Amino acid sequence: MPNLKELMQQESFFSPGHRMCAGCIAPVAVRQVALAVGGAPVVVANATGCLEVATTIFPYTAWRCGFIHNAFANAAATLSGVETAYRALKKQDKLDSEIKFIAFGGDGGTYDIGFQSLSGAVERGHRMLYICYDNGAYMNTGIQRSSATPLYADTTTSPAGRHSSGKSQWRKDLTAIMAAHNIPYAAQAAPSHFMDLMAKVQRALSVDGPSFINIMAPCPRGWRYDTRAGISLTRQAVETCYWPLYEVDHGSWKLSYRPRQKQPIEDWLRSQGRFRHLFVAGGEEEIKQLQERVDLEWARLLKKCGEAAA
Amino acid sequence: MQERIALTGNEAMALALKQINPDVVAAYPITPATEIVQLFSSYAANGMVKTEFVAVESEHSALSAVLGASAAGARALTATSSQGLAYMFEVLYIAASYRLPLVMPVVNRALSGPINIHGDHSDSMGVRDAGWIQIYAEDTQEAYDNLIQAVRIAEDPAVQLPVMVCIDGFIISHALENLEIMADEKVQEFVGPFTPRRPSLLDLDHPVTVGPLALFDYYMEIKRGQAEAMRKAKPVIKEVGQEYGRWSGRKYSFLEPYQLAEAEIAVVVLSSTAGTTRVVVDELRQQGIRAGLLKPRVYRPFPQQEIKAALGHLKAIAVLDRADSFDGFGGPLYKDIRAALYEVPDRPRIINYIFGLGGRDVGLDDIRSVYDDLAQVAAGEAPEFSIRYLGVREEAL
Repeated sequence: MPNLKELMQQESFFSPGHRMCAGCIAPVAVRQVALAVGGAPVVVANATGCLEVATTIFPYTAWRCGFIHNAFANAAATLSGVETAYRALKKQDKLDSEIKFIAFGGDGGTYDIGFQSLSGAVERGHRMLYICYDNGAYMNTGIQRSSATPLYADTTTSPAGRHSSGKSQWRKDLTAIMAAHNIPYAAQAAPSHFMDLMAKVQRALSVDGPSFINIMAPCPRGWRYDTRAGISLTRQAVETCYWPLYEVDHGSWKLSYRPRQKQPIEDWLRSQGRFRHLFVAGGEEEIKQLQERVDLEWARLLKKCGEAAA
Repeated sequence: MQERIALTGNEAMALALKQINPDVVAAYPITPATEIVQLFSSYAANGMVKTEFVAVESEHSALSAVLGASAAGARALTATSSQGLAYMFEVLYIAASYRLPLVMPVVNRALSGPINIHGDHSDSMGVRDAGWIQIYAEDTQEAYDNLIQAVRIAEDPAVQLPVMVCIDGFIISHALENLEIMADEKVQEFVGPFTPRRPSLLDLDHPVTVGPLALFDYYMEIKRGQAEAMRKAKPVIKEVGQEYGRWSGRKYSFLEPYQLAEAEIAVVVLSSTAGTTRVVVDELRQQGIRAGLLKPRVYRPFPQQEIKAALGHLKAIAVLDRADSFDGFGGPLYKDIRAALYEVPDRPRIINYIFGLGGRDVGLDDIRSVYDDLAQVAAGEAPEFSIRYLGVREEAL
């Protein structure tokens, strides 16, 4: 694989000039995916969401490849139809190109409203890569909680208040759920670890069947951080083991990265405005609970990956 | 060369689908439409079609998948009914606005609640403004013929709109009738090869963005374009109906009048109930009563001029709606027919019946009672009224 300097010179299917917010990591993730694909022809489907609305404002488009947006809940179903058409036309010798199929959806369009469509599409075995850019809330509609929102995060529908510490549930473990579909490849990645992310994309596109990658993609508006801090926040999420990097390749769980020294979750929380309410008197208990749950999930993951306990 | 065989409505639709031999079919089972896709999947499993069949996990995904397949340059179809159609709601509008020539049999069934599997038109009437062409069939023959024509109409370069082909649940979908069918090659020749009118998603030389965001600066022109396509669909529907007549001996247009030219009173009704009504018209004609019938075949685009010309001379008209608008004013067909007659100087009096909801049987006596009412309204002996419920136990309310 080329180095970062070389990669930065490359053109990809995702062009600059879109209207995503400054400091948003979703387009960074998409660019890394696109660079991993290189020159191979792709067709992209996108669920309704920030990425879709900010990259396809008619009459402009940021997509240099075939691109389809249908609705919020159906990116996977829509792309499964595109992929089926591809197979049908190939079988009839009406098409001879090799095309890869990639769907992008935010956590709302993937964990929640689009989950049935995604589950159905991967169960049917369409050869496509579904990528969730997980920013942990419905950012496009104004920061409402999703099932990917972290415990105790302050969102506009799980607001912190006198009787609330923010979202009261742990996030849905979607990557594990996708792995449980027994698809050839499922992985979790972060743009801070871009070589790992790109290798995962290439692996995902090489398998014969559906694949899924969950990419953490911080949102400066929803997480309330300085627009320069997005990438360091995903690095910190990996170092704290809130967002571990791993892959499940044909049923085999493998940890992609083990932090030398696991960092306390408190440091990650402190750098985001959505957890500010925890850093007042009485918030220690919530932070402790968060840490305990991170430790528990990390221990479970280490076991699944056949790693020595922490 | 045509063959005469006995098929149910669903079997006739499945056969037409097989003869159309699309590239992609994605579907989800729902009573009473299940049989169409079930039969079709067996054609695919036995190599009788070239189609890739996708057994999706919901109707929402069924329409989403065929939308994607169509945007990728494939001829793609699905079929559904009732709750399935309702579940497709948002994608119906999207398919029309993307100008994708999808074709979908809709086996009309009552919408929940209460849950009910039998026929009425509440499902397709609920999506009458989704931007799809809607064609209603009276019997299995029309179901078969309409489905084949729908492909040509949808795919016409001037149209490029999706088409629903509606038949009455159970009454037609499950009833065995004789019909004439064309040979496979003949159907293939009639529908022709599928030619996408714009670059497909799989056209690597012309990357295209399908489904962009269009706000106040472009949205309205796109919607206006849909309206224009619907307007242009009218001559195409007519032309395809005539051409189909030359191929099959069965010519089609927007409306099917029966004993209407010399009539003073008439019933307007869609689909299978037209058959029952025709029997009553014959009876009344023998009694010297100048009764007629108008069966609209195409409901969207709405054939306003044709309806005006067909009904303008009557004294009184009863519009029978197999769906209610729950607005205290009348059913959807009634309001459209009434509006269509507004320009007629000496307009007929017009009354409305809601009938057959949830498969409630409508018999000859029910239709006779409608003509009785009509005769009184025409004679000025009874007031014009906007809404009456046929065959309902009013005392049970």
